[in-house]
Amino acid sequence: MKPIDDTDPAAPVIQVSPSPHLVQSASSTRRMMVDVLIGMVPVVAMSLFVFRGYALFQLAVCLVACLLAELLFVKMRGRASTLKDGSAIVTGVILAMSLPGTAPWYVGTIAAFVAIGIGKTIFGGVGMNLFNPAMVGRAFVMISFAGAMAASGFEDVRSAVDAISQATPMNAYKMNGVVAPLSELFWGTTNGSLGETSALACLLGGFYLVIRRTASWEIPAGLFVAILVFGGVADLAGHADGWTVLHHILGGSLLFGVFFIATDPVSSPLTPKGKFIFGLGTGMLIMLFRFFSGYPEGVMFAVLLMNALTPLINRWTIPTPFGGQ
Amino acid sequence: MADLPTATERFINGILPENPVYRQLLGLCPTLAVTNSLNAAITMAGAVGFVLLCANVITSLIRNLLKPHLRIVVFTLTIATFVTIADRFLAAYLYQMSKTLGPYIPLIIVNCIIICRCEVCASKQSPLVAATDAIGQSLGFGLALSSIAAIREILGAGSLFGLRVMPAAWPDWTIMVLPPGAFFTFGLLLGTVNWIVTRKGAKKSQRRERSSP
Repeated sequence: MKPIDDTDPAAPVIQVSPSPHLVQSASSTRRMMVDVLIGMVPVVAMSLFVFRGYALFQLAVCLVACLLAELLFVKMRGRASTLKDGSAIVTGVILAMSLPGTAPWYVGTIAAFVAIGIGKTIFGGVGMNLFNPAMVGRAFVMISFAGAMAASGFEDVRSAVDAISQATPMNAYKMNGVVAPLSELFWGTTNGSLGETSALACLLGGFYLVIRRTASWEIPAGLFVAILVFGGVADLAGHADGWTVLHHILGGSLLFGVFFIATDPVSSPLTPKGKFIFGLGTGMLIMLFRFFSGYPEGVMFAVLLMNALTPLINRWTIPTPFGGQ
Repeated sequence: MADLPTATERFINGILPENPVYRQLLGLCPTLAVTNSLNAAITMAGAVGFVLLCANVITSLIRNLLKPHLRIVVFTLTIATFVTIADRFLAAYLYQMSKTLGPYIPLIIVNCIIICRCEVCASKQSPLVAATDAIGQSLGFGLALSSIAAIREILGAGSLFGLRVMPAAWPDWTIMVLPPGAFFTFGLLLGTVNWIVTRKGAKKSQRRERSSP
């Protein structure tokens, strides 16, 4: 079936499509993307406040590279320009917010081209991608440039910005067992990927998205259930030595990932039940990576792995129509 | 019997029009596994070329003795003989490379390019045709392996044949020398080859339309 281009003024007013009619004409791609950008405002503002020039630099690099990549790859496919639907801008902002401020320019640029090219265009453009584009790009540079992207890459002791000169809380805990105070994790005055440090900003933006129903509530719900259960068991078992469930929720990129990455409507399941399962699985994988892997954080890999399971979850959770068996 | 391609056609077909990797998608295990450096890729292509040439010629010589229901077993035994020779040769003269390639040299026994050529060409045609076919296919395989390996080695390690070619400031894309890099590079090159072939085909059919009244 040929997808209907709803930005095209000549497109038919009445769309005939097979049920479920999940996409109403009002909720066009563009509206959703604008919503996500509004949801990102507190996160971006907080990152600019804490990381100053570093955040501005990453935003500029990622946005320019994402828009250039979108322009180039859409032209290569011989399609009409899709710059106006804003999906490339959203990918760029999410990507920039998921990078360390100290990353050199080529990290953001390569991540952007991989995100748009391999993450999205190769699968057939916006709406067809299997994996979250920004996370594909980030995973690519994370494995490629371990020096710039691993925990030590976040730190620069000579930096004038306070946060940059400290270790990230996740790494300080993983390596030395240092537990960051909850208030710092909540307000976001710690080091880390640009958008992840402030739990408050992520919550504000996230609630906006959930209320606007741009992000479905089932995914965060499932994810929090998994974190609470596994983190709670670890707490009770005395495994945590001070890094409690609350640290797990407020620390690292969990809240950023829950609201802005896992809820990507394209690469997450369609049905409410499926979304809940998706959230549960992502939460379980995050805890698994945090407890047992060499990386201090696992949100990105957890989301990518669950993206791969999305078609399967969709098939498991096909709803029974009324009167059906 | 239908007209089988001549020796020259077999030779040319092997290099690009019926390239074993890009057009037939055969022998992908070594293609993905040993292309993280150009040295390894060329050694692998050489080993496969040697085995393919010998197996094709032998199969062609005994083609009138083959029983249909036993032919695959005979192919495999013939191939295994030459793979063992290649494996021991590498272990004796290129010990380090033999270590690097590890199990992928013995695995040439089940490389489907070779079985395919024995079945398609050598068991039906004369030793001369079988030999040119083997050389053509080996060149095609070597071309595919070295193109993938060159891209992966330049991006992933900044070098070619182990010698630094990129400036010192070049950040190595570690992922390109790891398994994911093989899939990315192979996929993108396969897409490019398909694109070239489709475009060529489209042009040819356009020309035919124009020339016909």
